[in-house]
Amino acid sequence: MSRKILLDKIGIAGIETFPVYRSNGGYASVEKALKMQPADIVEEVKKSGLRGRGGAGFPTGLKWSFIDKKSGRPRYLVCNADESEPGTFKDRFLMEKLPHLVLEGMITASIALEANLSFIYVRGEFRWIIKILEKAIVEAKEAGFLGRNILGTGYNLEIVVQTGAGAYICGEETALIESLEGKRGNPRIKPPFPAVSGLYGNPTVVSNVESIAAVPWIVNNGGAEYAKIGVPKSSGTKLISACGNINNPGVYEIELGLPVKDFLFAPEWCGGMKNGKRLKAVVAGGSSVPILPAGLFLKTANGEDRLMSYESLADGGFATGTMLGSGGFIVYDEDQCIVRNTWNFTRFYHHESCGQCSPCREGTGWMERILHNIENGHGKMSDIDLLWDVQKKIEGNTICPLGDAAAWPVAAAIRHFRDEFEWHIKEPKECMVRNFGIAEPAIV
Amino acid sequence: MIKVTIDGIELEVEEGTTIMNAARKIGGEVVPPAMCYYTSLKGSGGKCRACLVKVAQGSAKDPRPMPKLVASCCTNVQDGMVVLNSTSPEVLETRRGIVEFLLVNHPLDCPICDQAGECELQNFAFDHGLQKTRSEFHRREFDPIDIGPHIKLHMTRCILCYRCTMVADQLTEERVHGVLWRGEASEISTYIQKAVENDFSGNMIDVCPVGALTDRHFRFRNRVWFLNPMDAHRNCSKCSGKVVLWMRGEEVYRVTARKDQYDEVKEFICNECRWDHYDTKDWVVEGPRAVEKWSVITANKYSKETVELPEQLFSKLDNAKWDSFEGVT
Ligand SMILES: Cc1cc2nc3c(=O)[nH]c(=O)nc-3n(C[C@H](O)[C@H](O)[C@H](O)COP(=O)(O)O)c2cc1C
Ligand code: SF4
Ligand code: FES
Repeated sequence: MSRKILLDKIGIAGIETFPVYRSNGGYASVEKALKMQPADIVEEVKKSGLRGRGGAGFPTGLKWSFIDKKSGRPRYLVCNADESEPGTFKDRFLMEKLPHLVLEGMITASIALEANLSFIYVRGEFRWIIKILEKAIVEAKEAGFLGRNILGTGYNLEIVVQTGAGAYICGEETALIESLEGKRGNPRIKPPFPAVSGLYGNPTVVSNVESIAAVPWIVNNGGAEYAKIGVPKSSGTKLISACGNINNPGVYEIELGLPVKDFLFAPEWCGGMKNGKRLKAVVAGGSSVPILPAGLFLKTANGEDRLMSYESLADGGFATGTMLGSGGFIVYDEDQCIVRNTWNFTRFYHHESCGQCSPCREGTGWMERILHNIENGHGKMSDIDLLWDVQKKIEGNTICPLGDAAAWPVAAAIRHFRDEFEWHIKEPKECMVRNFGIAEPAIV
Repeated sequence: MIKVTIDGIELEVEEGTTIMNAARKIGGEVVPPAMCYYTSLKGSGGKCRACLVKVAQGSAKDPRPMPKLVASCCTNVQDGMVVLNSTSPEVLETRRGIVEFLLVNHPLDCPICDQAGECELQNFAFDHGLQKTRSEFHRREFDPIDIGPHIKLHMTRCILCYRCTMVADQLTEERVHGVLWRGEASEISTYIQKAVENDFSGNMIDVCPVGALTDRHFRFRNRVWFLNPMDAHRNCSKCSGKVVLWMRGEEVYRVTARKDQYDEVKEFICNECRWDHYDTKDWVVEGPRAVEKWSVITANKYSKETVELPEQLFSKLDNAKWDSFEGVT
């Protein structure tokens, strides 16, 4: 359960430079892919069972097969490196430590999609990573793996690094495309999906950094081999960025299907709770997914051990389950306040809503204000039901999933920790004297 | 031609028709409300979510219902689709939520707002809203600003439907008007207090569903329900010249484009017709205009629905609203 295929070479000194990466077997998948039929590469990725690592978990191969190749319009691959979800910090690690793996994946994927121009959209705050990627592109170009007539096969490919300007919403694929086109990053109304009409109206595939980084291994070893890793339906490995009250926060590559108990408590991974505190709750896949109390997190509602896989985490639906999401693993010990945490998340969504559709634009701010009141001892009992009602009216009624992402954490917090909300309302004085050592951010 | 059923009424429409437009072919209660969609503005719709409807059957081929409510203004009908609008409690409940969201930051300053009486938000809230606000928080505040010599912008009232930015975008060559900032902080703005100056800029006022963009020549001069709308036209080299004169006695208080029953302008008029001809002598007056949409403005007006007024008023007050009025049940 500790097999590594993304981070296996991370310990090699100088692996971020082209010569070292190349001499350790790098770029082999490009050479192989250039000899294959593009459709066969897509077929291998399909066979691998690889699912999108950006959050939604849509099968990557299937998404690639939707791309419109018949119309003869130019096709684009866009690598989504806008990683801004609170709790998720895996893509930045990958790009910083193994920029050539990401590039190799992009080149191989571009060959599969028959794209001649590909983009990597990097979160604006990742200044240093932009430099690393640009250096890697120059190196790959000098070595003939990028540019005109790659390895003498006649295939041309350029990769453009584009930086964001600090908006979480630009990670949503259609907002990202708008932003790439130089417009305001408002998500588009779907359909049409990007595979039919994306960047500049042309067929486009948007894939996450980690999904793309898994492609070289799949092409080198075959999709069937990849499908053997992990568990059925959740094949392969996944990067998990673990943080919170644990002994070893950091980025880990795990084989999907690892029991959550092992991941949380084994010294190899999170190493258990910090300072011997008790586990209270876990957000398993980034701030957007429902929070689970310790009991439901370690075991499903019908008593089975929960595994780190798409299916097992989602077992029980939202009533008793959650989602793997983008792998942002946040652990809370007994001292943490769920109301405060929910307010903090909501503050983020309020700040990041693009403001196009009314439920999300107005609802996120409303929820934040209610939560701010409750958290600071000004709440009323009826606020809890009001909050529930507001989140319900946002969920599913918006243009893009940011509305859902704002509603789910609130719903889950009320569902599983209602007593804590009630405590805040019943004990307003005690709420006010708690000291978290954090300066109170001003409400907007 | 494909078949679609909306609220139990079956009709045939051309492929590529949206649910909204199919419903408008039937008319009446079947038509979902629209706060952002505007037929003649490319790219409009999808934003306000007022028009969400339930699709109980996707199509004849794939009869599964759609998992979420869909925006009827930007979802095309499929052959055999079954749509529920006013017959679905889920849709009505959601719509109530949308009204509430649109009003969370709205100042509710109808008594001093020029749009009152012909405000789409007022009508929408009257038809679908709660009687009481559940939000006790501070609302967005902005100072009113002038965007050019003709138009006043009250950002506090804006519901960010994006219609005016589309007018500015589609009728002008240089884009000087758009949306700034993000989320709840978004505002409609010109580029650093620039004026919106072009021959058709006045239409931004007409497309605005609320009182965010108002006519600086008409502001505070009269209430729309005291004015008599008259259809009139003149020969104009720039536009169709077909307008509505809003008169009180012999005096023309304002000139606007003609709106259809969905509050949409089909023929945009130029600024010359709008602001340079306040004399009835410049116009061929066709006669009083029948106001089709039932609202405050129809009081004492030539309305096709005037006879139904009292009855409708009572039925509207009866249903659901009173139930939801806190403290009355
Ligand atoms: C509000 C929002 C933010 C998102 N942010 C990211 C992001 O930062 N990185 C990412 O890879 N996907 C993000 N996504 C998911 C993308 O829309 C898209 O599903 C993903 O890039 C597809 O790649 P995948 O199939 O490889 O997962 C976001 C989605 C939403 C709704
Ligand atoms: S859900 Fe929020 S972020 Fe997404 S389009 Fe609507 S307003 Fe914008
Ligand atoms: S009219 Fe359809 S979303 Fe606004």
